Amino acid sequence: MMPQESALQVRGLTKRFDRLAVDALDLTVRSGEFYALVGPNGAGKTTTLRMVAGLSRPDAGSVAVFGIDALRDPVAAKQMMAWVSDEPMIYDKLTPLEYLEFVAGLWGVDPVASEPAAHNLLVSLGLEPHLHERCEGFSKGMRQKVALAGALVHDPRLIILDEPLTGLDAVSARHVKGLLGDRVRSGCTVIMTTHILEVAERMADRISVIASGRLVAEGTLTELRQQNGHNDTSLEDLFIALVNVEAAAA
Amino acid sequence: MSSAAALTWFARHELRLAWRDWLAMMTAGRRGRKRAAVIGLIAFAAIMHLPTYAVIGRFADLEAPLDKSTLIVITATIFLAWALMLSQAIESVTRVFYARADLDLIMSSPVKLANVFSVRIAAIALSVIAMALLLSTPFVDVLVIGGGIRWFAAYGVVVAIGLSAAAVAIAVTIMLFRLIGQSRTRLVAQILAAVIGAGFVIALQIAAILSYGTLSRFAVLTSDAAAAFAPDTGSIVWWPARAALGDGEALLLLLAGGLVLLGTVMAIFSARFAGTVITVSANAIPGQQASRTRAFRAGSRQQALRRKEFVLLRRDPWLMSQTLMQLLYLVPPALMLWRSFADSSAAIVLITPVVVMAAGQLAGGLAWLTISGEDAADLVATAPLPASRVTRAKIEVVLIAIGVMFAPLVLALVFASPLQAAVTAAGVIIAAASATAIQLWFRVQARRSQFRRRQTSSRLATFAEAFSSIGWAATGALALAIPMTALITGLVTAGILAATWKISPRRE
Repeated sequence: MMPQESALQVRGLTKRFDRLAVDALDLTVRSGEFYALVGPNGAGKTTTLRMVAGLSRPDAGSVAVFGIDALRDPVAAKQMMAWVSDEPMIYDKLTPLEYLEFVAGLWGVDPVASEPAAHNLLVSLGLEPHLHERCEGFSKGMRQKVALAGALVHDPRLIILDEPLTGLDAVSARHVKGLLGDRVRSGCTVIMTTHILEVAERMADRISVIASGRLVAEGTLTELRQQNGHNDTSLEDLFIALVNVEAAAA
Repeated sequence: MSSAAALTWFARHELRLAWRDWLAMMTAGRRGRKRAAVIGLIAFAAIMHLPTYAVIGRFADLEAPLDKSTLIVITATIFLAWALMLSQAIESVTRVFYARADLDLIMSSPVKLANVFSVRIAAIALSVIAMALLLSTPFVDVLVIGGGIRWFAAYGVVVAIGLSAAAVAIAVTIMLFRLIGQSRTRLVAQILAAVIGAGFVIALQIAAILSYGTLSRFAVLTSDAAAAFAPDTGSIVWWPARAALGDGEALLLLLAGGLVLLGTVMAIFSARFAGTVITVSANAIPGQQASRTRAFRAGSRQQALRRKEFVLLRRDPWLMSQTLMQLLYLVPPALMLWRSFADSSAAIVLITPVVVMAAGQLAGGLAWLTISGEDAADLVATAPLPASRVTRAKIEVVLIAIGVMFAPLVLALVFASPLQAAVTAAGVIIAAASATAIQLWFRVQARRSQFRRRQTSSRLATFAEAFSSIGWAATGALALAIPMTALITGLVTAGILAATWKISPRRE
């Protein structure tokens, strides 16, 4: 049975740049679920998640993380969250271990707990031979794994990932998916945007489809199929159908 | 396309890239600023004629034959210009090795790499010469206006020494690469580029202090000892000086010498240049091992931030080269201070402005790296601590670093003159705080690797930082010499800071 406490509650979230990027969006993500956000390029997925993570201020609306108003008390909300972007931002001149020590320090984690956790995370992501090398020579996939380890080292209750599998090889992608699956099973909530619909289909408890800054559909894969009257169709076919309908309506 | 046509096409491509690169540097990459940049540049060049006239206007009447002292001064000035060009050329060559934006494309294309890199070497020489010609224009103009068209020959000297500087830079960098490997070459070349230009002036100053107790390098150049040591007036050593004065034969020989040197370097090193670039591209940057492994340290969130900043500053090659240059500038005043313990010279007052100026400039660079050059901006922004505390921790890092670097000099000054030590300490603190504040007001989100071009993000911040450092340095010197005038320069500098703050961009 799915836990019902909400990890994230977004109401009327609006952001305008040159055009309306996010249009009065409502989202609820339950605690302990794997939630996938899919949508075409420029749909507003990343903008939405950046506002949730506190990287951008919304023009209107509210964001609550485990009941904490993230706009009024961002520090308390951030304490429970981790953010990983598609472009891994790490320090070239630090080693993976030094990077994780810094992240753990920023989140105020006791080094007695963070040091073995950091070591285990890096080993589980296949970075053991590179623990003491500076990140400047790392490939994009290795950098992405270091960034992911940084997000997990402070044991967040809510992990927000923007296209985390970009640039990863098949083995690394499996490592990352396994790690995220383990976190969800241990009670952590994961919100992830992805263009790889098979990943959303296989891993997510619930999927939402966003287009033009609005929520087009939301639910489990079965619910999405039922809502659209296609019981055997793949998420890819459903996605294209939903986005086409939205584009025609716009 | 024939081989010659392909090379011409590639040369055009290189020049177009160099032009756009320069334009982007002048306009900070904003299209609308092109006209403003051109007007600003013309205005700057016009204004530069005034101080230039004050400095070299009196030399416009010089005519051959010259005495040895004058020849020494002109030759030393040309050598300084050559050293600065060499520094710029080394930096350009290093960039060609390590900036991989188009190397994969070039190397995968069906062209002869030696030819392509010959063109690239020529483009480096051309860009070094173009920049030098631009910078020398006010000087040559002043000499032409005051002394006649024969001084136009000075442009030829600039071209000749530019050719030789590019040739030496290429040879030095490739030999460094062979001797110490790719990762060390990058660091050593950057440090070399930073200190070569300053080194010559500093060496002259050190000689002047040791021999005459003054910071003026002209004291050495115009001394009898230098004249006695220098070769006869007919020597080849004086060709550049004679060429600058309008000796056509010397100029032609100099230009021919520069061209032959560059041609030889191109012939010898073009193929190796391609090989070196391939080695760098194929191996990328090897992962350096951290010096030692130690346990995670406990502490507050700000302590974690400060620790990270200190580690990154320590491992930053650009910062190291800049810091080394600033510290080199401090060697002459430190030497003067040491001498003053034995001999109470009034010239010791000169230490204060040099130290204050160095502190302001160094603090500006450090502040940009810590405040704007945040490689993991998203990580820090999503960390559970208020932005104000992040900023505070970063400012603390700048001020601590400046304190550590300048405290020994100020402490030593206490023994020579407690009043001067107090004024210098105040100047260092105010100059460092001002430079940090300017970087804070004009902060942008950038990567640390963009440090070399930090001035392009805001010309205003760059000028304000320079004027602030100069203003506080002057205030420090005047506070010791004529205290009432220090009040005026202090107020003017504070006014510049207030105006800078007023026009700084508004933030969210």
